[in-house]
Amino acid sequence: MSCCSAEIGLDISLSRTGCSADEVAIASSDLGNGLRQSVLSIPAMHCAACIGAVEAALVEVPGVERARANLSLRRVTIDWRRDRHTAPDLLGALAAIGYQADLPTAEIDGEDKVLVGLVRALAVAGFCSMNIMLLSVSVWSGADAATRQTFHAISALLALPAVFYAGAGFYRSAWQALSHRRTNMDVPISVGILLSFALSLYDTITGAPHAYFEAATSLIFVLLIGRGLDHAMRRKARSAVAALTRLIPRGASVLRADGRLDYVELAEIEAGMRLAIATGERVPTDGVVEEGRAELDAALITGESLWRSVRAGESVHAGELNLGNPFVLRATAAPADSTVAEMTRMIEAAENGRLRFRRLADRAASLYAPVVHSLAALAFVAWLLATGNLHTALTVSVAVLIITCPCALGLAVPMVQVVLARRLFERGVMATDGSAFERLREIDTVVFDKTGTLTTGTPRLANLAGIAPEALGLAAALARNSSHPVAGSIAAAAVSTDASPAFADIREEAGMGLEGRLGDDVYRLGRPEWALPAQDASATTVLAKNGEALAHFHFGEDIRRGARDLVRTLKDRGLDVVLLSGDGPEAVETVAGALGIADRRARLLPAEKVHAVKNLQASGRRVLMIGDGINDAPALRAADASMAPTSASDVGRSAADFVFLGNDLRVVTDLFDSVERAAGLIRQNFALAAFYNLASLPIALSGHVTPLIAALAMSSSSLIVVANALRLARTPGSSAATAPLAAEASA
Amino acid sequence: MTAMSVLVPLSIIMGVGGLLAFLWSLRTRQYEDLDGAAARILLDSDDDDAVDRDRRQHMSRDGG
Repeated sequence: MSCCSAEIGLDISLSRTGCSADEVAIASSDLGNGLRQSVLSIPAMHCAACIGAVEAALVEVPGVERARANLSLRRVTIDWRRDRHTAPDLLGALAAIGYQADLPTAEIDGEDKVLVGLVRALAVAGFCSMNIMLLSVSVWSGADAATRQTFHAISALLALPAVFYAGAGFYRSAWQALSHRRTNMDVPISVGILLSFALSLYDTITGAPHAYFEAATSLIFVLLIGRGLDHAMRRKARSAVAALTRLIPRGASVLRADGRLDYVELAEIEAGMRLAIATGERVPTDGVVEEGRAELDAALITGESLWRSVRAGESVHAGELNLGNPFVLRATAAPADSTVAEMTRMIEAAENGRLRFRRLADRAASLYAPVVHSLAALAFVAWLLATGNLHTALTVSVAVLIITCPCALGLAVPMVQVVLARRLFERGVMATDGSAFERLREIDTVVFDKTGTLTTGTPRLANLAGIAPEALGLAAALARNSSHPVAGSIAAAAVSTDASPAFADIREEAGMGLEGRLGDDVYRLGRPEWALPAQDASATTVLAKNGEALAHFHFGEDIRRGARDLVRTLKDRGLDVVLLSGDGPEAVETVAGALGIADRRARLLPAEKVHAVKNLQASGRRVLMIGDGINDAPALRAADASMAPTSASDVGRSAADFVFLGNDLRVVTDLFDSVERAAGLIRQNFALAAFYNLASLPIALSGHVTPLIAALAMSSSSLIVVANALRLARTPGSSAATAPLAAEASA
Repeated sequence: MTAMSVLVPLSIIMGVGGLLAFLWSLRTRQYEDLDGAAARILLDSDDDDAVDRDRRQHMSRDGG
């Protein structure tokens, strides 16, 4: 436990998404017999002690039958029964031992069926091709005719599962392309595999000296490796739209006319219902505050950095987080018509920024397939005319198909991308889509969001120098008792001052501040109108002693580490930098001025952000969008490439191509460098693969290819491409960005 | 030649055995939580097998 508790506060967005036991119950799945299963995400779990503590604590909870933690996914799966109609308090049990748990976004659950299928096919192909290769080696080294025939027959048998099971994916994809009157890389592959298998079968039956079983099966094996790597690099099947629904709780407490409080599912909520919103809950639908006073955090929705205080009669949007008092909300729209639902439609509409991009491998395939096909056909016709022998002509054309088969080409791009992704992961950048590397190279304009991207999103004490150390010490001692972000920053500012008075009777007035007694004096830290009854409201926080102000606290935004360096480096590289923010003009001016960004726009609605990005694209720019909020998600989609910090909303993270860890923005520079290097390696790989094909083509066309030559050409070109890609992992990058990250990770 | 007629089928049978073992390990989701498997060896709990057993039962109920 001790190793993990320090990191709980690391991800601010996680610590702010509260969800209740009722919500967990609604989200659970039914296993039958009254048994229900819940999956919880526990980001702070990462050692053996954590697993033990989490599982032990959950099994102790009455009603829990079984708990199994998954360390790789940071998840725990719990099977439970209702104990006298109440769901077990799973979150409470975890919170009691210091773990923040939350419901995971639903769509990343479930295993990746495609990948499992690919691995299974790969295992079969590997087994078959390796055994056939062993038999073939003895044939090549001069087995007598009888042994050769036996070995060919065994090879034919072994090739069956590889050709008909492992290779099935290629034929399906080729057939799909052909039935849509297109052609792709899988067409020459399928034709090559099936023709060489059929011809070898015929040769085995007639007792000919050469059979191409090992070529056909190792082709499948190597191509499946490329396919598997490629798949692992593809975007995971989770969409930003699905993640958006997570922002809305799965249910809400409805106040009935008779005063009863019912927790109902979201779908049952209608306009006109009165909902009770607890502290720390997200607002489930648009509405008007009816009773109470709320303090709402809308940073993820609108990009506004300040919390806004809402009184009775004022309107509230879905997805906003209640940081203050519990309040009663009268819904003005069903959840399906709320602001967040509106955003969902906008993200869906904007989801085309990356679709117009054609992957390098696809572009290569469209050139490659026709060339190979016409060459093979040409060889067939020429040999048929020259010799009049159908079998010889067929053998030569199959040899052309095998020797030109794009094994190395299939490995060229995914291999480099996998190595690049691994290298970037070590530096704290996670790529969600392999093709993003290619898209990133064309970028000439970088668009930033402000709140949460260029700034850390947490408030920072701006007038630290103007506050007397004693007052700060007093304020910090009070502030340590609250989880409010402003209190957190006051406590953080005072770390160096060691005065730590012992307050008695500390209590927190939600939405107002903290109160504590020191001797006979009553101290209050919080809103001026609460702490100082005489004065009217202002945006600052005050520390008051018996109703008399001791110190005023002003807050500013903390600019992310490395932001200045990044903006300067990007400009030096000739990229345009733009700031698009949903926040007010003053806050935008301050940050843009400090960072030297000339092109800045404030108070943009999500749709206007998309519009701004589209305008840039219309004028021929390729746009990289770096943002974190939900208001950025449509723009992240629309941009040619996108990035988000891990502190971003779940929606922002799933809309982005890259997610970076830690607080340092300099990793972006590192990303640009790495991608540039990787692009060079991909070009080299293409050149190498093409060179091999060109060099061996004359041998194939002249009818001199034996199975041995085909196997050598194929495996050596694949190996060289893989080895070339691995060079990327060995070269040291700029260490500037990694040093603070490493320090953060070890802290 | 007689040696070969014994050894070649034998090697293939052993190979098939290995292949089946791998496919089984894949099917029983043994690669699902590699980090957890590495960490669990450090846990001093006896009920780990029991947890696994009931997990497998649960999976077969799901049909896979």
